Amino acid sequence: MDATPAGGRAGTRKVDTGLGGKLGDQLFAGIAWAAGIVVLLLIVGIILVMLVGGSHALQVFGVGFLTHAVWNPVVDHYGAAAPVFGTLVTSFIGLLVAVPLAFGVAFFLTEMAPGWLSQPVGTAVELLAAVPSIIFGMWGFFVIVPVMAQDVQPALIDTIGHAPIIGRLFSGAPFGTGLLTGGLILAVMITPFIAAVMRDVFNSMPAVLKESAYGLGSTRWEVMRKVVMPWSRVAVSGGIMLGLGRALGETMAITFVIGNSNRIGASLFAPGNTIASLIALEFPESPAGSLKLSALLALGLILMVISFITLACSRLLLRQRGN
Amino acid sequence: MSATTTRLGAASRHVAPEAGRARRRRFANLAATVLCAVATAILLAALVSILVTLVSRGLGGLHLSTFTRMTSPPGSGGGLLNPIVGSIIQTVLAVLVGAPVGLLAGVFLAEFGTGSWVADVVRFVSDMLLSAPSILVGLFVYLILVGPVGHFSGFAGAMSLAILVIPIVVRTTEDMLRLVPTSMREAAAALGAPRWKVVMLICVRAARKGIATGILLAVARVSGETAPLLFTSLGNLSWSVNLNAPMSSLPVTIYQYAGSAYDDWVQLAWTAALLITAGVLIINIIARLGLGGRDST
Repeated sequence: MDATPAGGRAGTRKVDTGLGGKLGDQLFAGIAWAAGIVVLLLIVGIILVMLVGGSHALQVFGVGFLTHAVWNPVVDHYGAAAPVFGTLVTSFIGLLVAVPLAFGVAFFLTEMAPGWLSQPVGTAVELLAAVPSIIFGMWGFFVIVPVMAQDVQPALIDTIGHAPIIGRLFSGAPFGTGLLTGGLILAVMITPFIAAVMRDVFNSMPAVLKESAYGLGSTRWEVMRKVVMPWSRVAVSGGIMLGLGRALGETMAITFVIGNSNRIGASLFAPGNTIASLIALEFPESPAGSLKLSALLALGLILMVISFITLACSRLLLRQRGN
Repeated sequence: MSATTTRLGAASRHVAPEAGRARRRRFANLAATVLCAVATAILLAALVSILVTLVSRGLGGLHLSTFTRMTSPPGSGGGLLNPIVGSIIQTVLAVLVGAPVGLLAGVFLAEFGTGSWVADVVRFVSDMLLSAPSILVGLFVYLILVGPVGHFSGFAGAMSLAILVIPIVVRTTEDMLRLVPTSMREAAAALGAPRWKVVMLICVRAARKGIATGILLAVARVSGETAPLLFTSLGNLSWSVNLNAPMSSLPVTIYQYAGSAYDDWVQLAWTAALLITAGVLIINIIARLGLGGRDST
């Protein structure tokens, strides 16, 4: 802390005011408390506003809002099943790819890479996390989608596509866009977040645990699998939940590559939508006070409930580490 | 490591099954090492691919006119002046509103709320707000600042970004204040300084570098945000610095132009994407350098 001298100097310079100190203290404490309460009110406000705004649609459609896969503005009939399905499927694909990737990156950075390599590579991974999501969307649409359409999806159709049951997941026309592409883009986006948590957790592990395992003759992989992984299991799950929370609410990147079609189907190549992408796309055509806007807000409420449960789990798991 | 090799060496000299197991273990270790390196390479390749794509497609459209002309109908050689100015106005206003609130809330968590359940709840909520879907923040601000007024506005856009700034600043402020040694607080208090001076002039001052880093990271985060602006400041194709009217911004312009059928609009979208990414990454790197190797300790 190079700021210490500055702080010390300020301290000696400013001691002469006893007058008004008590009032100043009370005032300042009040302001600080107020700022804390503002943060609380924001969350409460967001929940209340969605609840009030979405109540109209929830009253009209009842529980059926969750189970109907219809989104038909012409007859004013809306259901949340398709976007909820798309959100869960893309996030699941994202996690399926991101978790092993993040493990690999975190292991590489903490245990394998020499110092001169791990520092810049770690920074690069953190920078990937800072890239705005709309950039991922453009990159996905102009770079990944053509690759998916021309190479990856035809190859998958020719190989796994013929398998008895899982083949249905990899069938259909290779548009390039769709649930699978959306999930893969999400994976690239959330891997840096999960890897960052894992890296912190692995680094915070007492070195003596690893050293004793090495001392007993374990290989690096055995130390990882049998010492580091069990020790960090809870916190790592917290990091994975954090990544899931990000994936569920991702909007712009998904909107570019998901194909935007309101349907539920077995094929991962088929276009779909997510809660966030549907809101982003349909919102401009939803006049204030319409049932459609209310349905979108009800969707927002569902998204908020899902992601807050996920993030709350993440916080609890990460906190158990006992700081 | 030397212990490992001796043991493996001894094992392979003894009995055949032991040698097989040693080979298997070494192979598993090698395979894991390679896979981890491959995973890292994949992620780095994604970053490189994004940067190369942005530079190769965006740089060609980067002229002086990009910064001097406004967005215009396709084919008439428009620039990005109004989105750039709009983005700057909204980001600055967002930080001016969000940073003080976040700073004070961070002070509350680190200095005043210790031990109280209110602080625990605020910390929990702030952490959730940090990762909450930004599109929901946009909907929230739409319903309280756009709906009742009846029109979109740059002010509403800035407020939605401010809500995203707050939790980032809260988090860094609290973390940084906790690094300030208690002895400094005690020394100031012993000299008779009132509590608010101890906090603002000693603690916040000692932690100012870290707090500034947090604010920089918040700037980087919100300057690339698109989803909340779609519902609040909407975007504006003509020049407007009126906070009470729809306001243009780089991310929303990218969103509108990237999907269009006009080549010059798509080109502008790439140029805007290059500008915003370069800006965000440079701010991030500056923030990291400013943090001065906190990670290495």
